[in-house]
Amino acid sequence: MTAAPENRIGRRLGQLRREGRKALIVYLMAGDPDPEASLDLVETVAGAGADVIELGVPFSDPLADGPVIQAAGQRALRAGMTPAGVLDLVRRLRARGVEVPIALMTYTNPVLRQGYAAFARAAAEAGVDGVIVPDLPHEEAGPLRGHLREAGVDLIPLVAPTTPAERVAAIVREASGFVYCVSLLGVTGARESLSDRFAPLVERTRRYTDLPVAVGFGIRDAEQARAVAEVADAVIVGSAVVRLCGETADPALRLRRVGEFVRGLREALGA
Amino acid sequence: MTGLRELTEPDAQGRFGPYGGRYVPETVMPALLELEAAYREARSDPAFWSELDYYYRQYAGRPTPLYFAERLTRELGGARIYLKREDLNHTGAHKINNCLGQALLARRMGKRRIIAETGAGQHGVAAATVAARFGMKCTVYMGAEDVRRQEPNVFRMRLLGAEVVPVTTGSATLKDATSEALRAWVTNVEDTYYVIGSVVGPHPYPAMVRDFQAVIGRETIEQIRAAEGRLPDVAIACVGGGSNAMGLFHPLSAYPEVRLVGVEAAGRGLGTGHHAASLGAGEPGVLHGALSYLLQDEHGQVREAYSVSAGLDYPGVGPEHAWFRDTGRAEYVAVTDDEALAAFQLLARTEGIIPALESSHAVAYAARIAPQLPPDAIVVVNLSGRGDKDIYHVMRLLGQAGREGEAAR
Ligand SMILES: Cc1ncc(COP(=O)(O)O)c(C=O)c1O
Repeated sequence: MTAAPENRIGRRLGQLRREGRKALIVYLMAGDPDPEASLDLVETVAGAGADVIELGVPFSDPLADGPVIQAAGQRALRAGMTPAGVLDLVRRLRARGVEVPIALMTYTNPVLRQGYAAFARAAAEAGVDGVIVPDLPHEEAGPLRGHLREAGVDLIPLVAPTTPAERVAAIVREASGFVYCVSLLGVTGARESLSDRFAPLVERTRRYTDLPVAVGFGIRDAEQARAVAEVADAVIVGSAVVRLCGETADPALRLRRVGEFVRGLREALGA
Repeated sequence: MTGLRELTEPDAQGRFGPYGGRYVPETVMPALLELEAAYREARSDPAFWSELDYYYRQYAGRPTPLYFAERLTRELGGARIYLKREDLNHTGAHKINNCLGQALLARRMGKRRIIAETGAGQHGVAAATVAARFGMKCTVYMGAEDVRRQEPNVFRMRLLGAEVVPVTTGSATLKDATSEALRAWVTNVEDTYYVIGSVVGPHPYPAMVRDFQAVIGRETIEQIRAAEGRLPDVAIACVGGGSNAMGLFHPLSAYPEVRLVGVEAAGRGLGTGHHAASLGAGEPGVLHGALSYLLQDEHGQVREAYSVSAGLDYPGVGPEHAWFRDTGRAEYVAVTDDEALAAFQLLARTEGIIPALESSHAVAYAARIAPQLPPDAIVVVNLSGRGDKDIYHVMRLLGQAGREGEAAR
């Protein structure tokens, strides 16, 4: 395997590692509540200290997502967001000078619909650095990964608490960017308490790769983020931010509250 | 016998041609691999099949008759029509064949809890039934719209001790119930067995469910040979996910001289956008763990399916059917709500058999082609289930109870 040339994700996570710092990855649903508000949210979240932004591509049947992200996807779809519209968002962000690394979180069908090769080219051209596809397991990922690699985009793999060691090894062997450790059994959504299953999973993952290891699913506040950062290189916060977006109707107030929340997370991980 | 062919088997990745595969969250991948291994082992164990056979006979009521529909044949004036009476199975539909197989497998794997999705409620009832029989805990996910349409089945499931969870997302029908069941499986994958209700979903489900339903086709071959000394010219079955159809088709697919016809729901008409004809009007795509024909828009968003019959109201279809379609081994047609409702009444009136609305689609297509076939032609129609569950729904549709003949529109 030839390593993908280092893109914004590799550069950013590499720099943090050299500085001995932890990365904050924030998930936002593209187009929620509408495309313009989405642009402002990404800029605000980047400005508040997110190191990577995961941008959700709204899909009608998001199997790996809980109610909060499902509802955000429905809002975005109602606002007319499409996979091409998401790429357009990224293009406009780059044109505005936003340089935060962006990974798209999408399901297989919208990508397949566009064609793997065409999607990979369009994503790279728009300024996307990584792609996460939660319903595309290792066995099915080869073709898309090939096209993305050619375009310099990482296909970020997921590993779960149920993934045995040999399987983790096979999965990370082909990986670039970072490895996404799903902290718990279940779909996305903030939980009351932290699962006790991510630490052994992170440990299992580190045995087979030097890539940064990120933990996501279920992290709801700064305190939990800090606990996760004790074992992981990066902490992913999704539903907690998306819920805040959905709960706040006033655009200015929304940006302020989301900005504050993300700054709080960043501080918890060490500025 | 002429030109016997190999029966289709998926490849190592679970593909029929390009279709099938496994498109699921990583959390459940190890469980699918475990299931595949457990099924491979069970499949080659004669004790597994003889136990299943025991429950087929003593519990489900197999073999089901292959009944010569003499009055229907006379009324239509053409081919001789036989009905494969899956409606006579315990719980009223073919779904029990598959649930018995999967329950025995779950038990072998040491799982004490099952979950299932259901549309018309027939699969939910069958799953709740086997859970009761084998002492397992059972949760059934059902679209809120279907909970409303299929009230008697909801009550039956609860009587059988199952928990019914209404799903309100999306169209609140089978598609959304299936998504929710998969999410629930992701959450409880370590102690829970997911009983999928049709030949859909990730590998190994499509091939495994087919194997459990293939008893329909095997019996049909034996029974029609006994009755007519030969195989049928045409075999017809309705297609939602496609399990009753594949159960009939698969053993028959070895005989090139038999025409296999799958009947999808054209709903209000293929041109109206309100239908469930994934093979007739969909395009390849990924939903619920497999690549197959799918109703979707140009952006890859899954479109909502529509049919008067809750069990056909699904935007996807089993991957083996997709392969049969592309290779021409089976043909796929569609009939409208109105045709299905007319067939529902026709079979009741001519034979004293009230078919499920799903099965009525197959009957409707038989009624369409039988008059054009010669009187020595043989048509087998799979009567996948009985219509008891549908009578309140049909009563509302026809305007008033007891109204004779045609639909009141
Ligand atoms: C009586 C009956 N027939 C057919 C179907 C459709 O399923 P399949 O296409 O898998 O046979 C259902 C589903 O609920 C059903 O209840």
